[in-house]
Amino acid sequence: MTPGILALIVLALTVIGYFLGRQRAVAAAAQQNKRLHSLPGYYGQSVALFTAVPAFLLMAAWLFLQPVVIESQIAGQIPDSVVEKAGAKSLVMADVRRIADGLDLVITEGGVSEDELDRMRAGLTDVRGRLANVGVALGSDVSPAVFEAAKSYRDIGKTGSLLRNIFVILAAVGFGAWTWSRITPEMRARNTSEIFIRTLLLGSSLVAILTTLGIVLSLLFETIHFFQMYPATEFFFSTVWNPQFRGGSTLGILPLLWGTFYVSFVALALAVPLGLMIAIYLAEYSGSRLRSFAKPAIEILAGIPTIVYGLFALITVGPLLRDWIAEPLGLGNSSSSVITAGLVMGIMLIPFVSSLSDDIINAVPQSMRDGSYGLGATQSETIKRVIMPAALPGIVGAVLLAASRAIGETMIVVMGAGASARLGLNPFDAMTTVTVKIVSQLTGDTEFASPETLVAFALGLTLFVFTLGLNILALYIVRKYREQYE
Amino acid sequence: MTDATTVSADAALQKKSGSLFEVGERTKRRQAQERRFRMMGLAAVTFGIIALFGLLGSILSNGVSSFRQTYITLDIYLDPAKLDKAGNRNPDEMAKVTTFGYAPLIASALVEQIKKNDISVEGLSDKDAGDIISKEAPASVRNYVLAHPSKVGETVQFDILADGRIDGYYKGRVTMESAQLDRNVNPEELVLADKLKEAGVLRTKFNTAFFTAPDASDTRPEAAGLGVAIIGSTYMMIIVLALSLPIGVAASIYLEEFAPQNRLTDVIEVNIANLAAVPSIVFGILGLAVFINWAGLPQSAPVVGGLVLTLMTLPTIIIATRAALKAVPPSIREAALGVGASKMQTIFHHVLPLAAPGILTGAIIGLAQALGETAPLLLIGMVAFVREFPGPPPEGFFDPAAALPVQVYNWTTRGDPAFVERASGAIIVLLMFLAVMNITAIILRRRFERRW
Repeated sequence: MTPGILALIVLALTVIGYFLGRQRAVAAAAQQNKRLHSLPGYYGQSVALFTAVPAFLLMAAWLFLQPVVIESQIAGQIPDSVVEKAGAKSLVMADVRRIADGLDLVITEGGVSEDELDRMRAGLTDVRGRLANVGVALGSDVSPAVFEAAKSYRDIGKTGSLLRNIFVILAAVGFGAWTWSRITPEMRARNTSEIFIRTLLLGSSLVAILTTLGIVLSLLFETIHFFQMYPATEFFFSTVWNPQFRGGSTLGILPLLWGTFYVSFVALALAVPLGLMIAIYLAEYSGSRLRSFAKPAIEILAGIPTIVYGLFALITVGPLLRDWIAEPLGLGNSSSSVITAGLVMGIMLIPFVSSLSDDIINAVPQSMRDGSYGLGATQSETIKRVIMPAALPGIVGAVLLAASRAIGETMIVVMGAGASARLGLNPFDAMTTVTVKIVSQLTGDTEFASPETLVAFALGLTLFVFTLGLNILALYIVRKYREQYE
Repeated sequence: MTDATTVSADAALQKKSGSLFEVGERTKRRQAQERRFRMMGLAAVTFGIIALFGLLGSILSNGVSSFRQTYITLDIYLDPAKLDKAGNRNPDEMAKVTTFGYAPLIASALVEQIKKNDISVEGLSDKDAGDIISKEAPASVRNYVLAHPSKVGETVQFDILADGRIDGYYKGRVTMESAQLDRNVNPEELVLADKLKEAGVLRTKFNTAFFTAPDASDTRPEAAGLGVAIIGSTYMMIIVLALSLPIGVAASIYLEEFAPQNRLTDVIEVNIANLAAVPSIVFGILGLAVFINWAGLPQSAPVVGGLVLTLMTLPTIIIATRAALKAVPPSIREAALGVGASKMQTIFHHVLPLAAPGILTGAIIGLAQALGETAPLLLIGMVAFVREFPGPPPEGFFDPAAALPVQVYNWTTRGDPAFVERASGAIIVLLMFLAVMNITAIILRRRFERRW
């Protein structure tokens, strides 16, 4: 029974529960000649909620925990010699999992019965060949220990699924029946179901905390894992980034950070003045016709996915800058460069800066403008000497938020900035950023055994800390500014 | 300090021209400054608008041609001696004939066609002539035959894909000069293509396969389509909608209507605000570590992508829903409570329906964001080369699939320049979807939003 069918069964039980609960309440009221405390539907609702929710929670928990439990049991079965030969435990476990999945296919497609499988021995039967027949390719021959582990992996997995189905259905029927049996006309069914729903609402809002916890924990654990294999001082202070998948790589974050900040700096140098001027012009100068056209047009820029900007950098801006500026001036011949990625990212950030600044400029009280005009200042003088200083904290906040966006941006730099890690000043050179390297280290090979893949988590943590810090700083500044005017 | 000195210098200038009717030096300078500032503002707005049109224009001009494709119409004799040696029209046995068995049939049909139209090109061998046909063609003929075994022995008319270079010739990507240098095509083939076009055998028509066909390998850009990617993206959007809308609305109702002023509420609020600003790639790392490595879900599966995008979309939906709930005036709540409704009844029977248009708008905008998101999907293996269509849901959610934005990225990493055209075409498709979603959101807002 797959989880999908199980879920359908629980849903069916829920519907049945609803009607049984409702019917029992109505019948009890008629029999005892009493009025029900709540509307009949609430009795049904209580039974339905108690049927569905515990069962689904149990099912979700089981689906998540079963693989972890099985893994820890199987891991004990594999002798150390096998682990040493393969290099790492996770690699052996991946093999075990693949073989176990393959055996399922062997049975469904290859026409082998369960008994035959029991008798199969890795040394005697050509397991690798059989698996290859059903489309599961293995890197090496299967050692007996791994094969036995795969078989018991399957067995435990099957028992686990069976137990899961039994317990989930038991939970659904059990909790449902218990609630059903408690139904009397006096039962406060509305209160029961409302408290239940309220708890569910609270539970949903905890998803945000769980997500943050998930992010922090997964980043932290794998980063610690990484620093056990690779010295932290090397990572933070080495100026060379040179991963070798055969081992012996140098993984210094400095060139990546340099690239990240260089690209972000170019982007902000374009986006901040332009975004500010756009906000000022639209808020203070433009007529309503221009505003009604320009404002949505610039906001469209914010709704365009970053992959579109990436493609724009790759096929238009990059070649343009190379052919018209970099090559004639002898500055470089690469179409992916810091300036390409920076300019395109700057365009992406313009609406971000302009809409935030627009709000802030509009929040400056009109009386301050009037006062300035009354003293004879021109509009631009008022903007520069009165509005800007008043709006400055908010604008700094907006710029910091834009900076955090720029640092975390991925697709534009992946497609526009290049992949060579270097510490240089020439903006027409290709450089690379933290996000580009996270993508390149984690795409494809995802066995978390080597420092070369685990480094991506350390990079991710660095990125997370930077962006979080910038956001908190920005929110702090914006909040402080708001307190001054309200 | 500097201000003070300029002011005194300005004052000195003012004294010289005393009359109010005469525009003084300083006034002129200030007015010029005013004009300059204004022009700068206008220039910035113009730049923004030009950037928007440049961006869209470059994608459109590169991508529109991918909606048309060059086909060659051939009458192919499905030779039973080659395709069905046993002669019993059993598709299982006929499947043993690989695409190599079909290639000669197509080549001879082309030679026939050339002869029939009296075309001769100097210096063109039959083998080179065969090169104007896509390498994908034998596979598509084979699929047709296996689906219609009874047609073996007949002559069937096929619209067969022309090679990517021939297609590129009619789209301006390949010229006679570039063909001279290209190993994959030579000028004689282009001459042949031109003559076939005159004879009406070779035509450029609307490319429906672009929307329905799966991805194709590096050497067959002409056959690459978005079918798997569109299905993968649709599956992910279904998951995102099914999970993030209920969870997001439930969380917003709690925070807006029930949450007491305490530590826990503060922590939840701060978390939601921060999640909205976490870079998307970090969500990809989360998906890889938690959903794939820890929970053992399959790589490149829409279910993992859907879950990751759900977590990313939640803050957007929560923020929009809370705004919509806040916009419902307290008088509605008070009236409901006054006639005896419980708090829960008030919210679910009165507040929520009134907030629904705002919630829906927020959900659509969140969904549109999720649809265009690329970076996290790269990490959970959606870049894999997937040719098989995923099965129907719910099992299909666990099959490998591609996604629209990732397919774009994938095509830009290929060598053949024809893939750049495909990538831009895919972007156009993606932008169309986004435009439709956003316009729906705007219409919903215009039509149903109530101002109290």
